[in-house]
Amino acid sequence: MKKSVFYGTLAATAVLAGAASAQTTLETVQQRGELICGVSMGLAGFSAPDANGVWQGLDVAVCRAVAAAVLSDPMAVSFVPLTSQTRFSALASSEIDMLSRNTTWTYSRDTDLQLTFVGVTYYDGQGFMVPRELGVSSATELDGATVCIETGTTTELNLADFFRINGMSYEPVPVESNAEAQQQYLAGACDVYTTDASALAAVRAAFPEPGAHVILPEIVSKEPLGPVVRHGDDQWGDIVRWTLNALIAAEELGITSANIEELKAGTDNPEINRILGAEGDLGAMIGLDSEWAVRAISAGGNYGELFAANVGEQTPIGLARGLNAQWTQGGLLYAPPFR
Amino acid sequence: MSSTGDARMQSAAPKAAFKLSMLLYDQRYRSITIQIVFLFALMLGIAWLVDNTINNLRALGRDFSFAFLGNPAGYDINQRLIEYDSQMTHGRAALVGLLNTILLAIMACALATVLGIVAGVLRLSNNWIVARLMTIYVEIFRNIPTLVWIIIFGAIMSESMPAPSAFRGDDPSASMLLGDAVAMTNRGVYIPAILFDNNLGNLNLGVVSPSINWILVLLAILGGIFAHKRIVAHATAVQNATGERPKTWWKTIAVIAGPVVLLFIFFGAHLEYPELRGFNFQGGIHMRNSLIAMWLGLGIYTGAFVAEIVRSGILAISRGQSEAAAALGLQPGKTMRLVILPQALRVIIPPLISQYLNITKNTSLGLAVGYMDLRSTLGGITINQTGRELEGMLLMMAIYLIVSLTISSLMNVYNNRVKLKER
Repeated sequence: MKKSVFYGTLAATAVLAGAASAQTTLETVQQRGELICGVSMGLAGFSAPDANGVWQGLDVAVCRAVAAAVLSDPMAVSFVPLTSQTRFSALASSEIDMLSRNTTWTYSRDTDLQLTFVGVTYYDGQGFMVPRELGVSSATELDGATVCIETGTTTELNLADFFRINGMSYEPVPVESNAEAQQQYLAGACDVYTTDASALAAVRAAFPEPGAHVILPEIVSKEPLGPVVRHGDDQWGDIVRWTLNALIAAEELGITSANIEELKAGTDNPEINRILGAEGDLGAMIGLDSEWAVRAISAGGNYGELFAANVGEQTPIGLARGLNAQWTQGGLLYAPPFR
Repeated sequence: MSSTGDARMQSAAPKAAFKLSMLLYDQRYRSITIQIVFLFALMLGIAWLVDNTINNLRALGRDFSFAFLGNPAGYDINQRLIEYDSQMTHGRAALVGLLNTILLAIMACALATVLGIVAGVLRLSNNWIVARLMTIYVEIFRNIPTLVWIIIFGAIMSESMPAPSAFRGDDPSASMLLGDAVAMTNRGVYIPAILFDNNLGNLNLGVVSPSINWILVLLAILGGIFAHKRIVAHATAVQNATGERPKTWWKTIAVIAGPVVLLFIFFGAHLEYPELRGFNFQGGIHMRNSLIAMWLGLGIYTGAFVAEIVRSGILAISRGQSEAAAALGLQPGKTMRLVILPQALRVIIPPLISQYLNITKNTSLGLAVGYMDLRSTLGGITINQTGRELEGMLLMMAIYLIVSLTISSLMNVYNNRVKLKER
């Protein structure tokens, strides 16, 4: 017995010691030849496997762009589905290289949890969905309602605040995943499902009768969703941050997956030339080659193309650009200059 | 060991000259040597582990602190036995979770014990159908994982019961049971609650403040049970002296139920019925789906194991005992109650303790159906919101350990009372 305790101790120590290796994340990923990306347990439009088992969505596309930039192969990504409860531990313990899982950027996560949010892929806000037959038209009419809520999320805290501020009571039904929430909501075990408005739209699109459910007009919080990396490896953080910025800048500058081959030969616009490696050597500054951004953008297109293909108005999810339009179009997307 | 030490030892025991090699080759010392070396290795291992953890935490820039327990939790908990809202602390939330864990453990232990004793006794029944039915129960429930049962019960509750809105309207498709007292909905079961008109207030114990009314009721019940024991002892004394056993059943009912009924009348007790208002039923006691799923899942599953323990206990008593009881003219029921079970208990109790501990530990599966136990509050949401995995997990381990050891020691006290007394 004592012996097994001793070996167990040794094994546990070895695991702890392993976490403190000296290799950078970029080296680890390149040596492995594969990027390990944490995603959701399945949220249509953001990260969900399609009929062939290939992961698709806006969050997934960011992972693929990073893989394309770092490994020259957008498909060299292994996706790890994580619940909202396990996502940060998985990242902190180096189980995944980056987290791209509709995760809200908050102060305490950025600082206390030792994470780095590298940007925003989707400006979201928390909304409420109710069955149309309840006849509810505003979230302020929800006094006494039963609310399905994913535990361990910022929405859980916003929900508590919203009902407290408005002097209403509610009955929380904690669920562990988006899929379980849908099942409980459809079974009528809760009156209301609350989460990010984009996720509500995605969930509703997957319902047998999307028209029978309304998303209430109130948006009760700011939920900037973005990819996350660990503290302590700024080079890796820069790579993910500027890959995302390259996708956003590409839309602003009119670089699309269709014209990128033509543009990378050189254009009149020096910023396009710098991004695509025709001028200067921006890639070397983050430890990559000069064509990193070309590969990232070619992987699935620029931000606008990714948005349209995954969650845009032509898809069943049907989200408008809204806040997620370029700053030139009245939105919040604003990539810092590439120079 | 220094040479002066050797010299002193030799002077103290001149006959058996002690040589260092004897530590290894002398059977008297060898086992002690091995144990001491092993203890050192174990302590070194633990020290290394702790040191490594501290170093790695420092490398990550993390400190080790339980200060987060004093910060506002920010989240709500649906089932709370004590006052709690989202502005209270993480420590308070953990306490709410712990009380939920204990409530569930007690309910599931009670259910498992009742089911287990009934099924265990009936499995030995001479009635073929009854015995086979119990075999089916035991074999089905103990051979399917408890988590699966919990999820099945949870799904049955949320999928097959009517929604509260089905109780509405002139011609509702669902109706309440037992004269509008109990409502079974897909959000849980609502049962009437006992309310008092004359409230004596709450007893403020700092962390919790239970109602004085209920404390008095509890004291009355405990007093009643004590009086009942005295009555039975007296009856036995009379029987030993005269051969006639006086009737005690009405005295027992009077001492146990009497004070409670009087207290209820004095407090102005009445039932509060659940009533459909707004989205949900209001009033009464709300037994949530998560509680029911956990209770049935753990209780019925563990009941199957308890049944086997009870059966093995009964079978351990030799047949001669029941034959002797029958020869003395005891009826089968009395034979079981007075002869077989008291002897069987000494075989039953030790494995029963492990089953109670299993139930207590298995309550941590609550998250699967959203039951807000200690694992879901402290070990789930709190860890997730504060990022204090190490502290939270250590604290949770310590709490489960304390709860389990308490159950174990209480049951051991009981075991010492029922075990075979050798004189």
